[in-house]
Amino acid sequence: MTDVTRLSAAALAERLRGGEVTSVEATQAHLDRIAAVEGQVNAFLHVSADEALATAHDVDRRRATGEELHPLAGVPIAVKDVVVTKGLPTTAGSKILEGWVPPYDATLVERIKAAGLPILGKTNMDEFAMGSSTEHSAFGDTHNPWDLDRIPGGSGGGSAAAVAAYEAPLAIGTDTGGSIRQPGAVTGTVGVKPTYGSVSRYGLIAMASSLDQAGPVTRTVLDSALLHELIGGYDPRDSTSIPEGLPSFVDAARAGATGDLAGVRVGVVTELQGEGYQPGVLARFQESLDLLERAGAEIVEVSCPHFPYALDAYYLIMPAEASSNLAKFDGMRFGLRVNPSEGPVTAERVMAATRGAGFGDEVKRRVILGTYALSAGYYDAYYGSAQKVRTLIQRDFSAAFARADVLVSPTAPTTAFRLGEKLDDPLAMYLNDIATIPANLAGVPGISVPNGLAPAADGDGLLPVGFQILAPAKADDRLYRVGAALEHLLEAQWGEPLLNQAPELRATELA
Amino acid sequence: MTELVDYADAVKRYDPVLGIEVHVELGTRTKMFCAAEVSFGGEPNTQTTPVSLGLPGALPVVNGKAVEYAIRIGLALNCQIAETCRFARKNYFYPDVPKNFQTSQYDEPIAHDGWIDVELEDGAVFRVEIERAHMEEDAGKNTHVGGATGRIHGAEYSLVDYNRAGIPLVEIVTRPIEGVGERAPEVARAYVQTLRDIFRALDVSEARMERGNVRADVNVSLRPTPQDKLGTRTETKNVNSFRSVERAVRFEISRQAALLDAGQTVIQETRHFHEDTGTTSSGRVKSDAEDYRYFPEPDLVPVAPSREWVEEIRAGLPELPAARRKRLHAEWGYADAEMRDVVNAGALDLIEATVAAGASPAAARKWWMGELARHAKQAEVSLDEVAITPAQIAELQSLIDAGRINDKIARQVLDGVLNGEGDPEAVVVARGLEVVSDDGALLEAVDAALAAQPDIVEKVRGGNLGPVGAIIGAVMKATKGQADAKRVRELVLERIGV
Repeated sequence: MTDVTRLSAAALAERLRGGEVTSVEATQAHLDRIAAVEGQVNAFLHVSADEALATAHDVDRRRATGEELHPLAGVPIAVKDVVVTKGLPTTAGSKILEGWVPPYDATLVERIKAAGLPILGKTNMDEFAMGSSTEHSAFGDTHNPWDLDRIPGGSGGGSAAAVAAYEAPLAIGTDTGGSIRQPGAVTGTVGVKPTYGSVSRYGLIAMASSLDQAGPVTRTVLDSALLHELIGGYDPRDSTSIPEGLPSFVDAARAGATGDLAGVRVGVVTELQGEGYQPGVLARFQESLDLLERAGAEIVEVSCPHFPYALDAYYLIMPAEASSNLAKFDGMRFGLRVNPSEGPVTAERVMAATRGAGFGDEVKRRVILGTYALSAGYYDAYYGSAQKVRTLIQRDFSAAFARADVLVSPTAPTTAFRLGEKLDDPLAMYLNDIATIPANLAGVPGISVPNGLAPAADGDGLLPVGFQILAPAKADDRLYRVGAALEHLLEAQWGEPLLNQAPELRATELA
Repeated sequence: MTELVDYADAVKRYDPVLGIEVHVELGTRTKMFCAAEVSFGGEPNTQTTPVSLGLPGALPVVNGKAVEYAIRIGLALNCQIAETCRFARKNYFYPDVPKNFQTSQYDEPIAHDGWIDVELEDGAVFRVEIERAHMEEDAGKNTHVGGATGRIHGAEYSLVDYNRAGIPLVEIVTRPIEGVGERAPEVARAYVQTLRDIFRALDVSEARMERGNVRADVNVSLRPTPQDKLGTRTETKNVNSFRSVERAVRFEISRQAALLDAGQTVIQETRHFHEDTGTTSSGRVKSDAEDYRYFPEPDLVPVAPSREWVEEIRAGLPELPAARRKRLHAEWGYADAEMRDVVNAGALDLIEATVAAGASPAAARKWWMGELARHAKQAEVSLDEVAITPAQIAELQSLIDAGRINDKIARQVLDGVLNGEGDPEAVVVARGLEVVSDDGALLEAVDAALAAQPDIVEKVRGGNLGPVGAIIGAVMKATKGQADAKRVRELVLERIGV
């Protein structure tokens, strides 16, 4: 029998339905895989084996009685630790939340539980999702399964690495400036940032409320579509939730998998290529474009003249919102509490001591930036101007989508870099998200699909590269159609999924 | 402490200007941004949700009923209702604010540019202009334990109750209230009282001052003459009774006048009012250092009440207190002074209900402003706390009108009702107070009285009707006052044969 951990979620679901494997067997297989490789990957902050197996038992029992179950029922899933889970520790990668056990579930977790997906555990991430390498986690680095000395991307490096290392077939990520798509690109996995408002943010520990969006992290485009349909949809508890239903993502993925893109206009964004992008990344991008064209797509060049300002605007809006969102972490009601080492113990001084000890450097950097940007007298120059840039970027998208059905670019400018390489250079780190940030500022959806390997920047080995597809708001189905087509065309060329080329991880005993 | 300037003296030399911010807690079933229950007196921290506790991941959702109530208030205050408006975050660290920011409207209030007329006790009317009415959420309640003052300084520890955190508030801000001169304290009081009455009429809040449902912050400044620019103001926070509003303004005018007289400057600051001494003391100094870093609340979408909805709410507004007073005044035909007394005594509702139960306006006024007002004063309670209902008063009056009891007996019946002996009818029966109108019974008493005083009978028979009162008095005494005196007189004269 095949190793069930190598199956896509769709394939595993098929076998669960057919009775070839039980959810308990599938869940246990993934828990075993976690036990075997976690020592090297460190994708998880918490593994919830008992709870996962209990869910699996329940699903198997219900299936045995002939109950109608969700298509993904029994398929295990990992959840980024920025999403609150009732009864499971939730830290957002921060010391300040160490030991906190939420008394409630995020809406998307409620939906996952209602559908009967065993939750394997909570995945590692940059503290409060601030970072592009997962090195800002307070609980240690996650390692890229393609090269354990390299970063898995971030902030959702744990979810991407877990999926790439076959520790989970599905994972939840969150994407504020690229935290789903960029880890997808550097780990050879699929990641989707849905349209803002299409997946409830209720229960996501907010970094930047106007930018955050949860989405699927998977190994195939169809799996992302299945998971997106499960977690998406209107939620009255999130005021920014979109009330209307969207076209089926799964149908679009299945249609795309025929490889036919006749009549689809694909816009190449001039501003998202060239300087700063590794040659190998650009080469793979061009090859993918050629494939799409051969499949019938019309390739057009579009300009988005304000995209070069996106990073600047992002680094004002995001820290401003974050500085306010993170104010609640003060040691008063939950999580870490630190008393001042000397002097009187007052509420204000406990707050200061707690935040001083509980937050890492990157979080402090952004809180200070954001506090400054919102200060009286600076607001208009910083936050106000950034919002204007945001409007201009939205207009760029509108104009571009008048000429193209989807826009495309490399997901990230580089392949995975070495752990520690950019840790002391925040600006270099921020440039990782240069191609992904515009979508967050405009609220439009994006997907990263693995499109090959390229030489590492330091020339040491071959590493995965991602192809980003962007669609107009609420037209997430286009991501799945074009993404599935590209995946189909590439795999036809390779003769197998890209991840099959990843080195085998050595099984080690967990400490 | 600064010497005070005599109030009358102060307002002779300085022109006071007021600015009043009134917070009203809305009587919605749930909180401003979540489904936590709003009720008074629950065990601490039981009326909360992840949202009102500010737990990580929780998101606010605007309470539609609170928006409706805010619009009602805005319309009642003759405001414009915004076509679209937003919430903002007011960022500051304090343990009673669970998110360390308060979600409040800032530069885009739901209602703006209105006015309201306030009437003082002597009937003088002042128009107060409303700058804005905006929605926000209340903070939790801190209790500082240990230490002498109950304030945070010197406390051993502090307890926080988040039941109040997130309760919807509407804050109503006036423009500078100018030209009120020496009547500033009365205007301030009447303004807050007028708003309280409006909140109750609109049914948007229980509006109980003593529970903190309505809280006023009073800004006061002085300037030499009305032509000068505004002086530096102080803001006296959380003044929680009508009387305190009046006293706080009065005190601040005297205090600021003393500072200005001495050539000192008034410091712009918040101040606390002390009920016991009627004084204010310095709170914190307001300065530019206090930066709330306001920005639009990204977790909420703009509130955009449709014009149809606003008009629907306008059409459904109840009669407001001023209009109602005017109407009742005309309906009842009271003299202006009588009407003012009724309003000032808080008897309007009681009289209206008594009239509705069948009494004439004159009779209703006579009872509530006479016997019952005396009783209330004696018992040191407010009129509406007197243990008798308008319906009972109306019943009492109808017994008089039907001739079944007389005025004197009515007071005994009233005593019985107040004593908890039941409705007037029941008291009459139980105490046997009904007027004796049975001629047979009366004749017996009359004959007895005639027989007892033959000399008087003689005088009357001789044409001198003067002494007949002695006979009547004897009959009344014999019937314990329950006889109809007029009928007794008729019978006496009939028996004597004149």
